[in-house]
Amino acid sequence: MEYKIKIAGFGGQGILFMGKVIAGAGLADEKEVSWLPSYGPEMRGGTANCSVCISDEPIGSPLVVKPNVFLAMNRPSFEKFIDSVEPDGIVIVDSSLIDEKASRTDVRAFYIPATELAEKNELSGLANMIMLGKLLKESAFCSKQAIAGAVESCVPKSKQHLIEYNLKAIGIGESL
Amino acid sequence: MSKRVLMKGNEALAEAAIQAGCIHFFGYPITPQTEVAAYMSKRLPKIGGVYLQAESELAASNMLLGAAASGIRAMTSSSSPGISLKTEAISYMAGSDVPALIINVQRGGPGLGGIQPSQADYFQATRALGHGDFQVLVFAPSTVQEIMDLVYLAFDRAEEYRVPAMILADGMLGQMMEPVVIEKPQTSAHEKPWAANGHKNVRKHNIINSLYLQAEELENRVVERYRRYEAIKAKEQRAEEYLMDDAEIAVVAYGATSRIVKAAVKEARERGVKAGCIRPITLWPYPTDTIVKYRDKVKCFLSVEMSMGQMVEDVRLAVNGAAPVEFYGRTGGVIPEPGEVLDKIMELGR
Repeated sequence: MEYKIKIAGFGGQGILFMGKVIAGAGLADEKEVSWLPSYGPEMRGGTANCSVCISDEPIGSPLVVKPNVFLAMNRPSFEKFIDSVEPDGIVIVDSSLIDEKASRTDVRAFYIPATELAEKNELSGLANMIMLGKLLKESAFCSKQAIAGAVESCVPKSKQHLIEYNLKAIGIGESL
Repeated sequence: MSKRVLMKGNEALAEAAIQAGCIHFFGYPITPQTEVAAYMSKRLPKIGGVYLQAESELAASNMLLGAAASGIRAMTSSSSPGISLKTEAISYMAGSDVPALIINVQRGGPGLGGIQPSQADYFQATRALGHGDFQVLVFAPSTVQEIMDLVYLAFDRAEEYRVPAMILADGMLGQMMEPVVIEKPQTSAHEKPWAANGHKNVRKHNIINSLYLQAEELENRVVERYRRYEAIKAKEQRAEEYLMDDAEIAVVAYGATSRIVKAAVKEARERGVKAGCIRPITLWPYPTDTIVKYRDKVKCFLSVEMSMGQMVEDVRLAVNGAAPVEFYGRTGGVIPEPGEVLDKIMELGR
């Protein structure tokens, strides 16, 4: 199984960070992984996205063109990528920010109010981890122990106190 | 097995150089290679090295010339427009037989161009990285792990032949993260009796120079260097062959593009077209022998590049009319999708 994951939203939502955690979890599970960010003008104040691949085989193209997992955190990104998702792919949408639904019915779409839930639980800025928790529930892209380790290694040393909040947010996502 | 860590291509370029014993780095920031300099700025002061952000790219490459002339391992890195600025000193390094490492994490051009991945500096790297008769070794990694391996090799071979070496990467490879195993290089630095590192009254002065006003003397110098180039061409060609055994269409691609090509080649085979991939690992010397080996066996060659068609000329030179050579490319920072390459392969396979 190869997970071809596209994560997209605004700069500042932790899109690239979420990708790093997913890649880190794949690494902990001893899979082949790749992480490719957008680094263009879109990142400088506009939309950001990243491609993450997790596979048992060496990764071919690290650029995900037809994702089988798509996490959308703003409307322009949702509109840009929704048609590229492979049939039967998983789509997770932050419904606090995107009031649109997929017109196609051949994908497994989940609409969760991640941003609202983050604020309600005093986890402002961690909607990304709630999205990640939901993905963890709906797919077996990594093992449970891998994700906690990945969060720990991705959070900078100066911000280690934030690890528990990240894990709490993932837990909320998993409960949805 | 050593531990796998996730690393950006740019970080791996820097870490590999440090592992190889590079203690001096001279740079100037430019997207998409800035992480190389950032990484060096954090690490080198801690290990007794020098990280120096110069006032310009040209200054940085002249500093590299000076540092490498003293016999130490040193490097500089930049991206396309910055490399153009560095070429004056690169030509001097070649003319002074000074081994050093130059990294180009390519972006779209010409001019300031853009900041997205590109392979449009192939001609510059393999034909004219400055004025005069000279070549530099050019290595083209396609994975973050291979970046480590080729940085080691580049330092080693540069010293062996006393020529500058270049790692020709691109923005995609520089920015992406992949697992890497960091292992010490197998080889250690070569003896450098030529180095200008102080004669201490025990030997003659070593003079590092590229100025020879007598035409015959300069000619002799250049001809001697070209004899080394012949040895390099005979011994240092490197290429990977992927599904080439029974291939009818040989797709030639290097660097990040080769990964997209391999995905397309695999898909083409599932659709009944016998495609394979030849991936040059050295761009100079070009792996001509590998192309020659297949030129009477395959129906055609297809060069796929992030450029308007540059490496395709080396494929044509190697094929020498024995088979048709086609080209497919995207440029300006656009990364070709596996589907586009697949369409081209299927069209040729009909």
